[in-house]
Amino acid sequence: MNPYNRTAAAFGLALMLGGTALAQDFPSRPMTMVVPWGAGGGTDAVARILATVMQQDLGQPVNVVNRTGGSGVVGHSAIATAEPDGLTIGLATVEITMMHWQGLTDLTYEDYDIIALVNQDPAGIMVSSNSDYDSIEALNEAIKTEPAGTFSASGTAQGGIWHVALAGWMVAQGLDAGQVKWVPSDGAASGITDMVAGGVDIVTASLPEGQTMIEAGRIVPLATMGTERHPAYPDVPTLKEATGADWTLAAWRGVFAPKGLPDDVKQRLAEAVEKAFNSAEYQEFMANRGLGAIYLPADEAQEFVARSDASFGEVLKAAGLVK
Amino acid sequence: MIGEAFAIVAQPNVLLTVFLAGCFGMFVGAIPGLTASMATALLVPITFFMDPVPAIASIVAATGMAIFAGDIAGTLMRMPGTPASAAYVEDAHRLSQAGRANEALGACLFFSAIGGILGTLVLSFAAPQLAEIALAFSSFEYFWLVMLGLSSAVFVSAGSPVLGLVSLFIGLTASLVGQDNPSGAARYTFGSIELLAGIQFIPAMIGLFAVSEIMRSYTKRSVDAKIPPVRGPIFRPQFALLRRYPKQTLRGASVGTLIGALPGAGADIAAWVSYAISKKFSRQPEKFGTGHVEGLVEAGSSNNGAVSGAWIPALVFGIPGDTITAIVIGVMFVKGLNPGPMVFIQQPEMIYAIFMVFILANLMMLPIGWVAIHAAGRLLSAPQRILMPLILVFCMVGAFAINNSPAGIIIMLAFGVAGFLMEENDIPLAPAILGLVLGPMIEKHFITSMIKADGNLLAFFERPIAAGLGAATLLLWAIPLIRMLARRRKASVPAEES
Repeated sequence: MNPYNRTAAAFGLALMLGGTALAQDFPSRPMTMVVPWGAGGGTDAVARILATVMQQDLGQPVNVVNRTGGSGVVGHSAIATAEPDGLTIGLATVEITMMHWQGLTDLTYEDYDIIALVNQDPAGIMVSSNSDYDSIEALNEAIKTEPAGTFSASGTAQGGIWHVALAGWMVAQGLDAGQVKWVPSDGAASGITDMVAGGVDIVTASLPEGQTMIEAGRIVPLATMGTERHPAYPDVPTLKEATGADWTLAAWRGVFAPKGLPDDVKQRLAEAVEKAFNSAEYQEFMANRGLGAIYLPADEAQEFVARSDASFGEVLKAAGLVK
Repeated sequence: MIGEAFAIVAQPNVLLTVFLAGCFGMFVGAIPGLTASMATALLVPITFFMDPVPAIASIVAATGMAIFAGDIAGTLMRMPGTPASAAYVEDAHRLSQAGRANEALGACLFFSAIGGILGTLVLSFAAPQLAEIALAFSSFEYFWLVMLGLSSAVFVSAGSPVLGLVSLFIGLTASLVGQDNPSGAARYTFGSIELLAGIQFIPAMIGLFAVSEIMRSYTKRSVDAKIPPVRGPIFRPQFALLRRYPKQTLRGASVGTLIGALPGAGADIAAWVSYAISKKFSRQPEKFGTGHVEGLVEAGSSNNGAVSGAWIPALVFGIPGDTITAIVIGVMFVKGLNPGPMVFIQQPEMIYAIFMVFILANLMMLPIGWVAIHAAGRLLSAPQRILMPLILVFCMVGAFAINNSPAGIIIMLAFGVAGFLMEENDIPLAPAILGLVLGPMIEKHFITSMIKADGNLLAFFERPIAAGLGAATLLLWAIPLIRMLARRRKASVPAEES
């Protein structure tokens, strides 16, 4: 059975039945989980694991549909503009709190009913093993003393989450956001390969994204921008404890629904997501891939997302990325 | 270790998976409008329920077959299934029109399998070493590599290079739609959210080749015309071809594996560069594009060599080379088989099992392909008035399914009309699709390099590999100019004497 057939089947059924699903028998039809990023990526994998476990609980198939493109705008707007009946949900990512500052879309986190956050990955600081710097203290000192633009960093697109991580790190110690030059890349993997090829000096992606190259001895993790050390890299200090720079940043993923869900449907979805989060399959997968399995229920998630939205706004303004 | 690996592969469920996935890939790929990427995307949800080796085996088998199967529609109806096979679609189609479809399809099948197997052998013996080369490539080197690919497309396109250039620029212009690099601002999207994602090449390719061909069939031929059925032996002519073109086969497979090993370059660039090399060194370059099998042999083995090559960075460093390897890396992580150098040390039997699956899939391609050629040949010889509407339906399904969005169908139809008009004016279609695929890539590598070098253009020649590739590209453009000047001088000398 392929996603297209299933989507078509779901669509046909929707036409036949008409109206919105009643909450007591929710979900009465197969559900769709929209992923704003491509098949095979981290967000896609998290969504597929969640969907697989959730459908056992909900008793209806949960089909993962990738709606990619436009730096995530396409998929995020597909979630927001779907019918608020709970049958279409999506795995939103941190970009939803950044894109509107950059003028890519008018959508904000307020256009959704947040069900829960299911994952957080703090930014990291990695250098090539050929680098002259083997500690975050030495690197940070050199960045401060050398003229602006001496160092370059990469890991995502211009204005992407890891770019904000770099800008926030600079601003937190009173430097200009552009002290280290940002070289845009498609994602963490191509940023890391470019760094190993000698193209850039630093990559600020999350440490798990560098896992294979760290194991290969090609890159060295210097710090994490999390509030505490990364469990998979206990020897790597946090940025704050090593340099005193008061800056943390984590990318997150959460189950979002279009705004205006009936309360009982929202309740039922929250139960299913929490159950899936606590399942052995989900926990095992996340641990294996080095992804942070951190759960925030709806109200806490709402607060957390609002806070990160505001702080991204400040940093993006400082970095001159607000349009 | 090899024994353990063999034990993993020689399970009935693994063999059955390879066979079934192969048939599935062959079926999806053989239908005009449905593509190899679609076959892979459809398999991913199913692989979540399989063991690691069968999961990877199913994807490898399905994609390999689907890529070959795309050549069936390419050869018989001039509707190629991938941008890579667009490089040699003209030759294959002309051969089939001349009643030599068996030879053309056999060559696609046979040399695909050889390219795939040679690529896998290279992968088994030299993956870590080749991965080192891939790690030496930064944006400067990639910029020149993509330039080389684009230049090849212009110089090998059938007919005049000027029209090839026109076609390439049509593709490059279409690739500007989407987001500006690096600012991310909307560019030529006219406020459409769907267009923010850019023009997806699969709907565009289906439109350019398949839809325009459907339109043409209604204007040119009588609607009761039939595609000539596939007659004659499929494999017998191939042994003669292998004896005649051993160098081309080897060169194609090696160039393909090398280019495939560079993350992001992939089979598309490989097939075009190989076709160009083949034409450059051929004794009969004038026959290319008119139904000559030589380019088919070299580009066909290069294409599949590159598909194998893409696994080198994927397995050694977890770096995806194309969409297919990206999906498989995802599947490997889900299965707890994290790609990277450690897997070679900790679970070498797994890696060898994967290599064996590659070889198995390539071998199995021969009989399944043979059946598919005959079945498709028979199906496609139905009257065109029945066939063409059916193909249009599949085209729409294929264009929609890429992103589950009706925008894909609109893009397909727009490019169908564009393709029809281009054909009417003798503008080749293939360079346009390459331009569309490589346009965003060349922009990205150029911008990234310029940011790194603070706008210093000489930086494009400062790194040794970049300088070499740059020199090769410039030479490719300079040779026709130098020749032209030389010819002019020769022509003007006697004029002065008289």
